[in-house]
Amino acid sequence: MTRELMTGNAAIGEAAIRAGCQFYSGYPITPQNELTEYMAKNLSRRKGCTFIQAESEISAINMVYGASVAGVRAMTSSSSPGISLKQEGISYLAACELPAVIVNMSRGGPGLGSISASQSDYFQSTRGGGHGDYRTIVLAPSSVQEMADYTHRAFELSDKYLIPVIILGDGMLGQMMEPVEFKHEIPKILPVRSRAMRGAKGRPSMVIKTFTSNPSELEELNWSLFRRYQLIKKEETTFETFMVDDARLIVVAFGIAARIARGAIKSARASGLKVGMMRPVTLWPFPSEKLQELVNQVKNFLVFEMNMGQMIEDVQLALGDKADISFYGRPGGVISTPSEILRVISRLYYQNGLDAGK
Amino acid sequence: MKKVYSHPKSLKRRAFHYCPGCGHSIIHRLICEVIDELKIQEITVGVPPPGCSVFAHHYFDVDMIESAHGRGAAVATGLKRACPETIVFTYQGDGDLAAIGTTETIHASNRGENITAIFINNAVYGMTGGQMAPTTLTNMITTTTPYGRDPKLEGYPIRMSEIIALSKGTVYVERTAVNSPAHIQRTKKAICKAFQTQLDRLGYSLVEILSPCPTNWKMTPVESWRWIDQEMVKEFPLGVIKDITGAKNAD
Repeated sequence: MTRELMTGNAAIGEAAIRAGCQFYSGYPITPQNELTEYMAKNLSRRKGCTFIQAESEISAINMVYGASVAGVRAMTSSSSPGISLKQEGISYLAACELPAVIVNMSRGGPGLGSISASQSDYFQSTRGGGHGDYRTIVLAPSSVQEMADYTHRAFELSDKYLIPVIILGDGMLGQMMEPVEFKHEIPKILPVRSRAMRGAKGRPSMVIKTFTSNPSELEELNWSLFRRYQLIKKEETTFETFMVDDARLIVVAFGIAARIARGAIKSARASGLKVGMMRPVTLWPFPSEKLQELVNQVKNFLVFEMNMGQMIEDVQLALGDKADISFYGRPGGVISTPSEILRVISRLYYQNGLDAGK
Repeated sequence: MKKVYSHPKSLKRRAFHYCPGCGHSIIHRLICEVIDELKIQEITVGVPPPGCSVFAHHYFDVDMIESAHGRGAAVATGLKRACPETIVFTYQGDGDLAAIGTTETIHASNRGENITAIFINNAVYGMTGGQMAPTTLTNMITTTTPYGRDPKLEGYPIRMSEIIALSKGTVYVERTAVNSPAHIQRTKKAICKAFQTQLDRLGYSLVEILSPCPTNWKMTPVESWRWIDQEMVKEFPLGVIKDITGAKNAD
């Protein structure tokens, strides 16, 4: 299999097509335009497939909703301000138990913010994002290769659990180029889900609805969603660890921040500091249990995010007062360098006396 | 003996929950009659909105997908593009189609999406209790225009069908009413033509139907039928607004 040099945005587009994505609608916004353009070029003329440049992000997500009802694999993408607009549709997808893949190449906020990479959509992504009691699976790649791999996984998870799946990247991941290898071929027959609604032929008519005037009916829907969420937590929580075995300080970081932290940790190791990393791959479900396991051996954690501290709340929820949890973050689209993180790691390491008794 | 009247097959046998004199039940029935006559019950998918007709799925015996408020045209677009063999219609009120869903509607029509929109204009927000709609008439009293709609403050009633007719992708638009047997018959013909337009893969079609809301108009059903003739049609004249189907007239 050959490796190609691609942007993260294009890699997601190619991976989606290879995953049998049949429907894409999007609206221009930086830094995810390469994905929309990739789909315009490579999906729009493919037999049985649809590309629509929608009139708004709201329309785009609702087109995806319609396509998902028809039983095809459907995707939309945007960046932070556009994802805010899509939240209405994501809430409906969650309520109707409809699969869809939503890509967020997040950028600095709040407001129109900046077009530079940021991780300030962690809360929005992991807490449902729209109105109502629901969650979405959130996958956080940290390389172009992972963007391709996770796109395939996103479609699989979305179909398996009938749940919208968010791929949370950022402007850097979307626009940087790296070699990428695609592990799947385009399916010969495009998948159509068995519960597709395409007219009541040979079966009673069906309805997809979210509204009910009966609160107990809605309560039961919420309970059934919650039970599925519990199952997803159990089955699909994913993380990566790096040099944790003898670590005295563990950095917790996701996405591109984990990539930056990895460089800093290598340098720290080179100067004898026992530092490791725990990187959540699924931001929801969050790998709390892994942290609870690690705290038996390590008491010092440094959460590094490109925001003012959002994932740290999940780390705190997981660890309570069992650990000393520090935070370092740069909001607004400012990108830390590995040497900057190394300074933070070193200072914390010595301040907390972790070099004692080495 | 020749049977001249029966319960439409695609209309479920269930009492309507709509208020006495409401136009929804008549329009539901007309759509179902058309679905039966065109023999498309098994391939039709309806997209109802929030509002009084959020329970439309209680009555239509076809696949139904609830849309978020105003998003019907986008949902229908996704569905129809993903599965072009289905016959997709949206069922939208004036708040839905002419206020919050203006963008979706104009752009779906402009792309010439091969879908059919049934647009219910009763000049008020019904389910929420009679607030001003974009189609509320000048001087009309609603709960949010308690002094009457003043164009200087609240703007003018919007003629959405005329706006939609300007889109090049729109092939058929007609405005009808359901306030008399003759108008009801005419409405059925328009609905039939709009569905036929989709079957012929010609593009976007829309039927605007002036429909009584006695509850929120604070009138009797008979008064509201008269009010449509006396007041509403002055602002919203009945008739074919656009027809480039090339087919013969709905008559």
